[in-house]
Amino acid sequence: MPAITFIHPDGKSDRVETAGGESAMQAATRHGLDGILAECGGNAMCATCHVYVDESWLARLPAVAGDEDALLDGTAAERLPNSRLSCQINITPELDGLVLRLPERQV
Amino acid sequence: MSAPGSAVSGVPHLDVDPFDMTFFADPYPTHELLREAGPVVYLDKWKVYGVARYAEVHAVLNDPATFCSSRGVGLSDFKKETPWRPPSLILEADPPAHTRTRAVLSKVLSPTVMKQVRDRFAAAAEERVDALIEKRSFDAITDLAEAYPLSIFPDALGLKPEGREHLIPYASVVFNAFGPPNQLRQEAIERSMPHQAYVAEQCQRENLAPGGFGACIHAQVDEGAISAAEAPLLVRSLLSAGLDTTVNGIGAAIYCLARFPDQWRRLRNDLSLARSAFEEAVRFESPVQTFFRTTTRAVELSGARIGEGEKVLMFLAAANRDPRRWDQPDSYDITRRTSGHVGFGSGIHMCVGQLVARLEGEVMLTALARRVAKIEITGEPKRRFNNTLRGLDSLPVTITPA
Repeated sequence: MPAITFIHPDGKSDRVETAGGESAMQAATRHGLDGILAECGGNAMCATCHVYVDESWLARLPAVAGDEDALLDGTAAERLPNSRLSCQINITPELDGLVLRLPERQV
Repeated sequence: MSAPGSAVSGVPHLDVDPFDMTFFADPYPTHELLREAGPVVYLDKWKVYGVARYAEVHAVLNDPATFCSSRGVGLSDFKKETPWRPPSLILEADPPAHTRTRAVLSKVLSPTVMKQVRDRFAAAAEERVDALIEKRSFDAITDLAEAYPLSIFPDALGLKPEGREHLIPYASVVFNAFGPPNQLRQEAIERSMPHQAYVAEQCQRENLAPGGFGACIHAQVDEGAISAAEAPLLVRSLLSAGLDTTVNGIGAAIYCLARFPDQWRRLRNDLSLARSAFEEAVRFESPVQTFFRTTTRAVELSGARIGEGEKVLMFLAAANRDPRRWDQPDSYDITRRTSGHVGFGSGIHMCVGQLVARLEGEVMLTALARRVAKIEITGEPKRRFNNTLRGLDSLPVTITPA
């Protein structure tokens, strides 16, 4: 199964194994990872599963959809060009090794 | 209440009435019975299917093509009965019609908009706590859970000052009306005319103050997103669903924190837990207990065969305490990871006002926890009965300032 790495604001990192057909958000919450709140449970409503995608991986992700784009304007931490909602990143085998940085806060 | 038996279809038939006063007084044993009887049950009393386990409730919520909302999310089937009021353009609609109206409300109640109103909501929470500290002893429902949202939400919407006393009774009619034709529903609808007239009037563009949520909905007409005839009905959705629900949510949080002083201490030691303390109260008490869907085709759900045009009752509250999904589901734990609970629903109809509710809950609990050392229940809590909502009518408390 593909694994992804979350890097916390303090530099510590967590490597998380994903299950088939899940999003980066689901993998994070299933492992009880601090830093991903996901209040709406993955319904693209709350902007509390915000992540910064490592630059080397950015081009390999599908484009930001319209509703995700609008939600990213409402994130608690600053929106950057590599900001994404982790609930909208579906993990495929090609994303094995994906690196996501966690923002300072989610609300 | 009978033990679950097996019927021809393989779906257990139960004779429980989930809209009965004795059930409302203590729904938990029946929730367990419903969950343990099977993944899908049939309730003979109202001739509906029921799902009470997390997996099935989540599955039904996330398959709107099969389990539709346009035939009503109460017991009444709009294909066979005339709705008591014109259907909601968002709650009682399916895609593609739903998609457009939902987008409008999502925009009006977005995370970006919440950032703009946050300071105002927080200041009002501080003011309310000031007043409560002055009183020391008060009713946590009327003086806190109702008074706080009433002090901000109608203004945020842009309502006129007159007639606001209709707001909570109107919402109570709406949520009672989702239930079966029992006494609660009939009485609510019989008394509803003045509340309906008030609400219809307030939804008109000229009655909504500039800058409020209501005016923002009407402004979408100018953008071409909705028609002038649709806008008032979308404002109505906020009036129906935006107040009584948060009253019950905040009431639930106070009731939990007063009953579980260890959790109150935990919150006082770490105010950043305020938001999750509110969220956990929504899971634990589930202010919105149930919703119906109607099948658009014959479907198999977890081995049960359900025909077309059947009502399916989703027990959101039972799903939120399903031990298959939650560790120690009957304990209120403010550090729990609540993501995925269905207290706000799930899928395309998930509560569009959830961000407003969370903001109100968070700033209120933060203000309280900062200033109050202890909350003690000093009298018998009284329950408020409603076919859909679970909450208290009265909760006498005394607080000790920090």
